[in-house]
Amino acid sequence: MDEASAIERVFKEERGRILATLIRVLGDFDRAEDALAAALEAALRQWPRDGRPDNPRAWLLRAARNRAVDDQRRSSRESRRAQALYDASAPPLAVVAPEPEEDPAVADDRLRLVFTCCHPALPLEAQVALTLRTLGGLSTEEIARAFLVPSATMAQRLVRAKQKIRAAGIPYRVPEQSELPERLAAVTAVIYLVFNEGYAATSGDTLVRRELAAEAIRLGRLLCVLLPNQSRPRGLLALMLLQDARREARVGADGELVLLEDQDRARWDRDEIAEGLQLVDEALRAGPPDAYALQAAVAALHAQAASTRETDWAQIAALYVALHALAPSPVVRLNHAVAVAFAEGPAAGLLLLDGLAAEGSLDEYHLLHAARADLLRRLDRRADAAAAYRAALDRVGNEAERRFLERQLSTIEPHTNEPDRSS
Amino acid sequence: MQYLLLIYNDANKMKALAPADHEAMAKGYRAWIQSVTDRGSLRATGNWPAVITTVRVDEGKTMTTDGPFAEAREGVGGFCVIEANDLDEAIEIAAGIPSAAVGAVEVRPLLASAPGAVR
Repeated sequence: MDEASAIERVFKEERGRILATLIRVLGDFDRAEDALAAALEAALRQWPRDGRPDNPRAWLLRAARNRAVDDQRRSSRESRRAQALYDASAPPLAVVAPEPEEDPAVADDRLRLVFTCCHPALPLEAQVALTLRTLGGLSTEEIARAFLVPSATMAQRLVRAKQKIRAAGIPYRVPEQSELPERLAAVTAVIYLVFNEGYAATSGDTLVRRELAAEAIRLGRLLCVLLPNQSRPRGLLALMLLQDARREARVGADGELVLLEDQDRARWDRDEIAEGLQLVDEALRAGPPDAYALQAAVAALHAQAASTRETDWAQIAALYVALHALAPSPVVRLNHAVAVAFAEGPAAGLLLLDGLAAEGSLDEYHLLHAARADLLRRLDRRADAAAAYRAALDRVGNEAERRFLERQLSTIEPHTNEPDRSS
Repeated sequence: MQYLLLIYNDANKMKALAPADHEAMAKGYRAWIQSVTDRGSLRATGNWPAVITTVRVDEGKTMTTDGPFAEAREGVGGFCVIEANDLDEAIEIAAGIPSAAVGAVEVRPLLASAPGAVR
């Protein structure tokens, strides 16, 4: 690895921390980003010549801060009047900044940053973009590609968010204890959304999507370190790790989606599973479990089972009952019905699904019809199963899932002669 | 920082209130005014009857129309100017306004350089 890419790597690792501190010291996102870019330039120039400093982060922070102070002096000399009129609402620059690397508050800067980026006064899509840009260090182009919007749109979204933070006076601090649960819920929601964008969606640039899931896990880890007394981040991180562990096994060589029961469990990531199981344990011990911990507990039971047959479905069904009590949703009931089908047989599951279908709230959801089709197929009610597969096909949007449903349908339709998909 | 709080009341919800609810709301307003005055946050406040005249100037000619500029089911019923450290404090104060429960409160930061800023 040459010196320039070694510096880039140091920079990528330290970026979020340095930026978070600069934003606090300078009171402005844009000035902090500009100063950090200047510090990187200086590092690329000076480190190869003078050798790498003992504490690269402190060096970068000092370089960035000096640069910002210089810029501020210059701009206040040149355009004091214009600045005063145009930028009057911006908080004043902290003139005497503390020596940042010795400041005990430094450890909390990224926590301040995450709560500011995920402030409920910002639109959700801006919260996501800002979190990835500042804490994650993804470029505007990378975020744009991940969310399938033009770069200019994403850049504009970030500009507006930063403007609102400055002009509306969105604070740069960790919320008080009384607000913390609600605000933390907003943060975990953003991180889980980033994860799902990277994990569940099958469209878009695969590499960028992989990066998103990895980034969400990194942010989840960070949150666990920064808020060691909160169980919510642990449940979230456990859930993400246990799902991510199945990443390689859930897509076949041909890009087809592979169902949980058909996945090659040897390809599951054992390290992620071990870490996830440990975290679930901690989250469940910490008190009444939240929705992340309950979902992570379901994922943990799957992760520990050698096969679908050996999975503790009764326990999973019970967890879905608890989840429904906490956050009632027809989708949770659907998952519960599927678990019951595995635990007690397809007829018991079908009874629950038919009740759910009769209510109509999930009629447009293809997975309800796909789940019914699967149970009808197992009960050998082929005509009903075929009708349910067709209903699912009418509603499915994702191409990989469509192909899967078509394959399933072809196995039960008497007039087709396709080979069994297990062959 | 100063924030302008624009107070909206949902006309339909207001109509549905019983006399006792109106009394409770008036009492809530008195308590709220007292609390923001005590903490030193209130700079100005006002409310008005719903008789609105909108003025526009088109090529030097003043045009007046009856009614608000923007049609809305929830009309602006009053305003406050408050002093708050940041948006979180402004939101906390705004949430205490009784109308937030029967309408909404818009929180708008005021530019410090605005000529009308209340000091």
